[in-house]
Amino acid sequence: MIDALGAPQSLLLLGGTSDIALAIARRYAAVRTLRVVLAARPTPRRSAAAAELAELGCTVEEVDLEARDAFSREAAIEQAFAGGDIDVAVVAFGLLGDAEQAWTDPALVSELAEVNYVAPVHLGVLLSNKMKAQSHGRIVALSSVAGERVRRSNFVYGSTKAGMDAFYLGLGEALRGTGVQVLVVRPGFVKSKMTDGLPAAPLAVTPQEVAEATVAGVKEKREIIWVPAPMRVVMSGLRHVPRPLFRRLPI
Amino acid sequence: MTDDFPYQETKITPSMPEAQPMVPLHGWGRASSTSAHLTQIESISGAVSALRSAAQSGRGVVPRGLGRSYGDAAQNAGGTALDLTKLNRVLSVDAESEPPTVQVQAGVSLDSLMRTLLPFGLWVPVLPGTRQVTVGGAIAADVHGKNHHTEGSFGNHVASLDLLRADGEIQTLRPEGDTADLFWATIGGMGLTGVVLGATIVLQRTESAYFLVDTERCTDIDDLMARMSEGDDGYTYSVAWFDAVSRGKHMGRAVLTRGNKARLQDLTPKLRRDPLQFVAPSLGTIPEIFPNRMVNRATAKAFSTAWYYKAPKYRVGELQNITSFFHPLDIVAEWNRIYGPHGFLQYQFVVPFSEDETFRRCFELIVNSGHVSCLNVLKRFGPGNAAPLSFPMQGWTLTVDLPIEEGLDSLCNTLDELVVAAGGRVYLAKDSRLSASTFRQMYPRLDDFLAVRRKVDPDGLFNSDLARRLQLH
Repeated sequence: MIDALGAPQSLLLLGGTSDIALAIARRYAAVRTLRVVLAARPTPRRSAAAAELAELGCTVEEVDLEARDAFSREAAIEQAFAGGDIDVAVVAFGLLGDAEQAWTDPALVSELAEVNYVAPVHLGVLLSNKMKAQSHGRIVALSSVAGERVRRSNFVYGSTKAGMDAFYLGLGEALRGTGVQVLVVRPGFVKSKMTDGLPAAPLAVTPQEVAEATVAGVKEKREIIWVPAPMRVVMSGLRHVPRPLFRRLPI
Repeated sequence: MTDDFPYQETKITPSMPEAQPMVPLHGWGRASSTSAHLTQIESISGAVSALRSAAQSGRGVVPRGLGRSYGDAAQNAGGTALDLTKLNRVLSVDAESEPPTVQVQAGVSLDSLMRTLLPFGLWVPVLPGTRQVTVGGAIAADVHGKNHHTEGSFGNHVASLDLLRADGEIQTLRPEGDTADLFWATIGGMGLTGVVLGATIVLQRTESAYFLVDTERCTDIDDLMARMSEGDDGYTYSVAWFDAVSRGKHMGRAVLTRGNKARLQDLTPKLRRDPLQFVAPSLGTIPEIFPNRMVNRATAKAFSTAWYYKAPKYRVGELQNITSFFHPLDIVAEWNRIYGPHGFLQYQFVVPFSEDETFRRCFELIVNSGHVSCLNVLKRFGPGNAAPLSFPMQGWTLTVDLPIEEGLDSLCNTLDELVVAAGGRVYLAKDSRLSASTFRQMYPRLDDFLAVRRKVDPDGLFNSDLARRLQLH
């Protein structure tokens, strides 16, 4: 159960080795003993993450999740909820890919669509069915400002995030009155393993900052947050820039 | 149902209640709400069939009374909550026997019970800080009052209770004999052993509904603790309010009120004409208009200063009525709305008398934390009882009301650690945030409780948000 101070006692991380997901787990572990289900590929990185969270006092369960595989997704959700209620579930995996290759390589574009859109929405339905039955819980969807106004430089990635973002906002509406809530998190550029080697954009944030904002968003029952918060204003402006001007912007 | 079961069925109820819509339920602290199917129970057979249909849902069932538990004790996300407040008849009063007793259904409130009993010159032996709790709730939380050091908690005065068990049987339990284990697991058992349908309460006799009260102001916490340690034994009722906001030389200033039941000869001639009058004024209901942070450092400080100076420096033998002495908060309904939509939590702990240093440290931590609290209560408990989950134990108990704000989790966690190290515990009826592991450390007889619960409810039909949070399975 999420306690009176907004801290969950069970946390499911889909994409359990993501920097942001682990930062969220660390923040919760600092205030409460909790059960963490790490759903990810069985890699040394997952084992290391499990060991670290166990060290912080968490009860950790490792669950295999191959995001491209629908059966694996279903099995992972079944396994995660078999151990009891899940209070907060974070959909944290995603694939950035090389932007130029992505719009020219049919294989890569399909993969991005599968991992960044099909898998999240499939999991969103699986999660909401489970959570509706328990009548409580929060689903956190890690979206991106890249989906808010899709730009030429990474429009494939942006389009997948636009789709999943819209889905989760709609899911939150559909779940009103069920006791289950959805939080869509729209970070700007996050300095993480996903963006390793890329030059940081303005208003870049760390996974810790995204985690902090997410934890606060869950506590305050927010439906959508931007990280950093001023990004909301920036994106609001960018949404209204005319196309001839937008394409000249160095972004 | 047993043949000798005493209740008269007057209402005809459908054998299977219809599926109820989900309604959001919260505790008195209003901090964490979840939804459950709320089923009105209006008869014993209704309770039995509601239990049967809830068994199919898979999310369990919890009994609910007037919702005065501060946390998630009477919430059951996705499952069923049985609203017992309509099962509220006083079945029989035996004023002649010694001691006198009353037989009630579980949903009767202490308020209406007192109104019924006072004309007979009878008195409910244990009253918590509000009369707006049901007898079932008072049993499930094993509530205590200002007279704990002389009378113990509510469970000490229950002669027998009727429990609807998970298997659909109704069993009469008594504090001694074959049924003692289940009886004491039910006292303080937070509704997790079954549904209390009714009880027989042992009463006291009284000549009046008034109290002779001595009030003294104490300059600081040491002064207060010293006076309480010395003088409490001379009074049936004793409690102190203290200032948890002011620092420096006013830190821990307090108002100590202690009293005894007034006898006829203590009353003024005017009051003597109707000595058993139940004085329960109402100033209406607090509207739902308050923002968060209404209770802040400035308002809390103003309130605390006013409350302190409002009290006489030293006054002996003042006559007070029930409401002003016992239940000043009952004058307004829904006072919890003052805290705004974020709600608040109440932290009440007890530590043994030998740990008065820990007690002082906890007090200082709260005052210096930056979190503000207005309704602060300090009291000395007498010995606890046989119930494994009962809260009171011999020692100092302190209660603070804290609005939900950033950083409150770490304050409460630090307090938990100190309380555990001192061999103390936190009160479940107030709690909305303890972790299962901390809870286990605080209640060393938890396994005794769980053993009884597993025997009487092997499939875990009785469940609540609190039970899930604290892993009471």
